[in-house]
Amino acid sequence: MELLLALAIGLLTTCGVYLVLRERTFPVILGLTLLSYAVNLFLFASGRLSIDAPPLIAAGARYTDPLPQALILTAIVIGFGMTAYLAMLALRALSESGDDHVDARQEDERP
Amino acid sequence: MSQHAPILPILIPLLAALLLLLQPRLPFQRAVGLLASLLGVIATAWLTLLTDDGTLRVYALGDWAAPFGIVLVVDRLAAAMTLLTALLGLCCVLYASGGFDAEGRFFHPLFQLQLLGLNGAFLTGDLFNLFVFFEIMLLASYALLAQTGGLARTRAGIAYVVLNLLGSSLFLIALGLLYATLGTLNLADVAYRLSLPGMHHNGARLALALLCAVFVLKAALLPLSFWLPHTYAAAPAPVAALFAIMTKVGIVSLLRLQVIAIDPAYPDLLYGWLSTLALATLLFAVLGAIAAKDMKTLSAWLVLLSAGTLLLVPAQASAEISAAGLFYLAHSAFAGAACFLLAELIGEQRGAAGHTFSTGTNRLPAWSGIAFIVLAMTLAGLPPFSGFLGKLMLLDTFRGVEAGVAVWTLLLLAAFLVMMALARAGSILIWENAPGETPSPDLPAAASGWRRISATLCLIAAGPLLALFAQPVSGYAQRTATQLHDTRAYIHGVLGNDPATIQRERRE
Repeated sequence: MELLLALAIGLLTTCGVYLVLRERTFPVILGLTLLSYAVNLFLFASGRLSIDAPPLIAAGARYTDPLPQALILTAIVIGFGMTAYLAMLALRALSESGDDHVDARQEDERP
Repeated sequence: MSQHAPILPILIPLLAALLLLLQPRLPFQRAVGLLASLLGVIATAWLTLLTDDGTLRVYALGDWAAPFGIVLVVDRLAAAMTLLTALLGLCCVLYASGGFDAEGRFFHPLFQLQLLGLNGAFLTGDLFNLFVFFEIMLLASYALLAQTGGLARTRAGIAYVVLNLLGSSLFLIALGLLYATLGTLNLADVAYRLSLPGMHHNGARLALALLCAVFVLKAALLPLSFWLPHTYAAAPAPVAALFAIMTKVGIVSLLRLQVIAIDPAYPDLLYGWLSTLALATLLFAVLGAIAAKDMKTLSAWLVLLSAGTLLLVPAQASAEISAAGLFYLAHSAFAGAACFLLAELIGEQRGAAGHTFSTGTNRLPAWSGIAFIVLAMTLAGLPPFSGFLGKLMLLDTFRGVEAGVAVWTLLLLAAFLVMMALARAGSILIWENAPGETPSPDLPAAASGWRRISATLCLIAAGPLLALFAQPVSGYAQRTATQLHDTRAYIHGVLGNDPATIQRERRE
């Protein structure tokens, strides 16, 4: 379980970092999305992994730490809003310069 | 009533932003925006007076006590920073009411949300809550930056958003690591748990180092500072003026984290590299300032310069240096903001040349020349204004420090080069005329409007005023720094007198 999760986080981060370093805006947005998935899984693991346990504290019963789940919910909402805004901004840069490069140069500025 | 004072700097902009969404008509927007900013100044001034008695005010949201609930912790530093933000915000809103707010529909609500994020980031005592307020502040700043269109702003916006999203990911990783190793995200509790025997994990050290990386990204330390000049130069003037305090959020957060949590547990974590990189940032910013081709870019480089200077402070973790740094912080926030506003006003008077350093038609009214000279003297650190006093205090406190010689050399060199850059800017902007074109008095000067002029002059007047009231202000900075460095009082103020009695689950 731990190994699987660690591998998944590592793979998502690798792909995310690679895509963020691309020069066009669409892969960059995808890369940021993958990175935020990796971060959410990482936050999830910070409360220790326990299988088949509810995030509720009842006397004596087994439970999983509820705090990371609350943190992830917040992080998902924020990440979603940010990504939506970035997509809008990228679309506007595309319509203003006719180009989807991250630095959105106009035709005459290109060497 | 006064026990609810800590929440006011957050509630006022929140309610104002919601109210502003109801009615898009401009007079309503302006009235509510200005009123809310004025109320913000009154509330934060009251909070500053209240906290000056030296007690730590802890406001438990929803009455859940720390470390389980989220708390706002108000000491002198937090209160003074919210007051600084509120004053700066009021001037920016007043300036924007002079015509800029008509360009983008949602300027006023977004501006209030940014004030909310800034105030929250200064007040909160919980690290995850700090993340949330950072995001509120950033989201508002993204929208404010790119709201009024133009390819330059969109382009700067994309780079700025992508970089800050990466910063946010790093922030969350740091928080996850911190929670995994220490089991808490409350700053006082983090410091307390780090002081317990057997808690010095490498994981916690890594988490704190990552948090520092996020804060220095916001504060624009050298390898992470390339985004700042073109983003700030592309931002509209009143927005850029408020951005001048956004780098300060990173610096204040770093200072607090360093003093309360890092320095007692890992005194070597920031020691070597932060001072070196801060000095490198200083040098980089000075070179940029000399090379700047227009006034707004020059202003952006000067913001970076003050960030570089201020980043020297957290590395030392000494109360005297922090006190000098806080005085310099107040000075540089006002002077940096004023620089952006004055750049736009002067640019509008110069016709096609705008605020670029090229000869243009010169119809500048006399007040703008005088304002420029006062501002330039403040920024360059010439006596008798606040820049001189701030730098003097910093230099004085850095005498005994190991890196003192390097700090002295570079700060003085930077002051000299900034003076040169500003002298060149002033002589081109104010005196130089295109050949053959004599300024004719019949041409009507572009109307600046009393709102914009008074907002700019208020910010510029902060330089002389801070110098005039230097003694009470630096006395307050001393008390602030002493309280900030009293780590025991902070931990006990938040967690109660005996943190060991807090019942926690055992973690394996």
